[in-house]
Amino acid sequence: MISVLIPSQLQSYTEGVARLQAVGGTVDGVLEDLDRRFPGLRFRVIDEQDRVRRHMRVFANGAPVADLATPLRDGDEVLIFGALSGG
Amino acid sequence: MIGFLTRTGVPVSDAIQLLIGTRKGAWIYRSDAGRRTWSVQGPIFLGQIVNHLVLDPRDGRTLLMAAKTGHLGPTIFKSVDGGTTWTEARRPPAFPKSADPATARAVDHTFWLQPGHASEPDVWWAGVSPPGLFVSRDAGETWDSVEGFNEHPMYWKWAPPEAGTPDGALLNQIVIDPRDPAHIYVATSSGGVFESTDRAKTWAPLNQGVEANFMPDPYPEYGQDAHYIALAPTKPDRIWQQNHCGIYRLDRPGVAWERIGKAMPAEIGDIGFTIIPHPRDADTAWVFPMDGTDVWPRTSPGGRPAVYRTTDAGANWTRQDRGFPADQAWFTIKRQAFCADANTPVGLYLGATNGEVWMSGDEGETWRSIAAHLPEIYSVTAAPL
Repeated sequence: MISVLIPSQLQSYTEGVARLQAVGGTVDGVLEDLDRRFPGLRFRVIDEQDRVRRHMRVFANGAPVADLATPLRDGDEVLIFGALSGG
Repeated sequence: MIGFLTRTGVPVSDAIQLLIGTRKGAWIYRSDAGRRTWSVQGPIFLGQIVNHLVLDPRDGRTLLMAAKTGHLGPTIFKSVDGGTTWTEARRPPAFPKSADPATARAVDHTFWLQPGHASEPDVWWAGVSPPGLFVSRDAGETWDSVEGFNEHPMYWKWAPPEAGTPDGALLNQIVIDPRDPAHIYVATSSGGVFESTDRAKTWAPLNQGVEANFMPDPYPEYGQDAHYIALAPTKPDRIWQQNHCGIYRLDRPGVAWERIGKAMPAEIGDIGFTIIPHPRDADTAWVFPMDGTDVWPRTSPGGRPAVYRTTDAGANWTRQDRGFPADQAWFTIKRQAFCADANTPVGLYLGATNGEVWMSGDEGETWRSIAAHLPEIYSVTAAPL
């Protein structure tokens, strides 16, 4: 299982849950798993060209994710954040 | 809904709901039958950027909302219980995936939601940024890219995604001929107006006579910034346009627009974001001018807000400012934030960038503020309650 941090901006999808477990062999696999359980979540983080949206940040084991195909193993961690933006 | 008469024969309006989209959420204001007092519901989705909130006139209950946040990508929310509960589109507008990074577009936000023709009850259209046209055939649950426009061989010249407004280039409006669901106009911020007569399969520019004074050729075939277009409801061959470069009218089957804004007072000019036709009088329309001089402040000219009305198809314009601040009021009314109801007399509604909502219950003769301190208002639509 992969441990995932859900930012406040997305907790309306997860019924307020900030930390949960997901399955997936890649970052995208984890996001797909989240989207199956919480429909619509992935598209609000990843655009239709599979790019992380400009004001979102995704980290895998502490490293920024540039490629959604980044592999993950059991026990890894994915962090999703809202970047500093807005006003 | 048309107003009714009291026993004394005095026109009385029916109740209206105002659907207000702001930079920080949505609100719904509901009036009494005389449009004198208003109750408020909201905030709805506080913090979400709501570009448009529209009630389906075909069923009188389906609400669609175009939303995103500063962080999260764009989506469409739907309510069928007056905005109490909402569900999210299963597949919001999204461009097809592209292997070529140069043509890989992603929807930044949906800007305009358009209920389809009266004969097509589940059809909705959406205009997005970067410019794109989408259609839903299941009342907003799923959305498809309209290839006829989005993949048109001329798309990248007609609607360059990098050109346009501070919030991005837009396909900012969709207008459907009430006599023919296959006859559609769209307005864009970087290409002007385009027309389809075959249900969005093929398109052609419709910009003859419209100035683009920011282009090498000031009267190009395309490249204009069409802020707003509207058909005269009782005369759908008449199109009104508030353009970046003035106020225009086109009577079909003609193809050359006439700059009717030249009749506006010179000190006011004919720059603005919106033009609102009268629901029953095809010669009457209203504009809310803004300052388009030097660095384009886009505020009320001179700090004195006013609506201007024509009752003769643009030959003459009359100032209507009773009730507005007489001085030092610098608000702006954006593209989707001016609307009319269909009552008798017509009610007019303005949502300002300073978070105020202004209304006139007498076709623009007098104005009053009915809401203040909302976030920056992006859109106001009026519907019967």
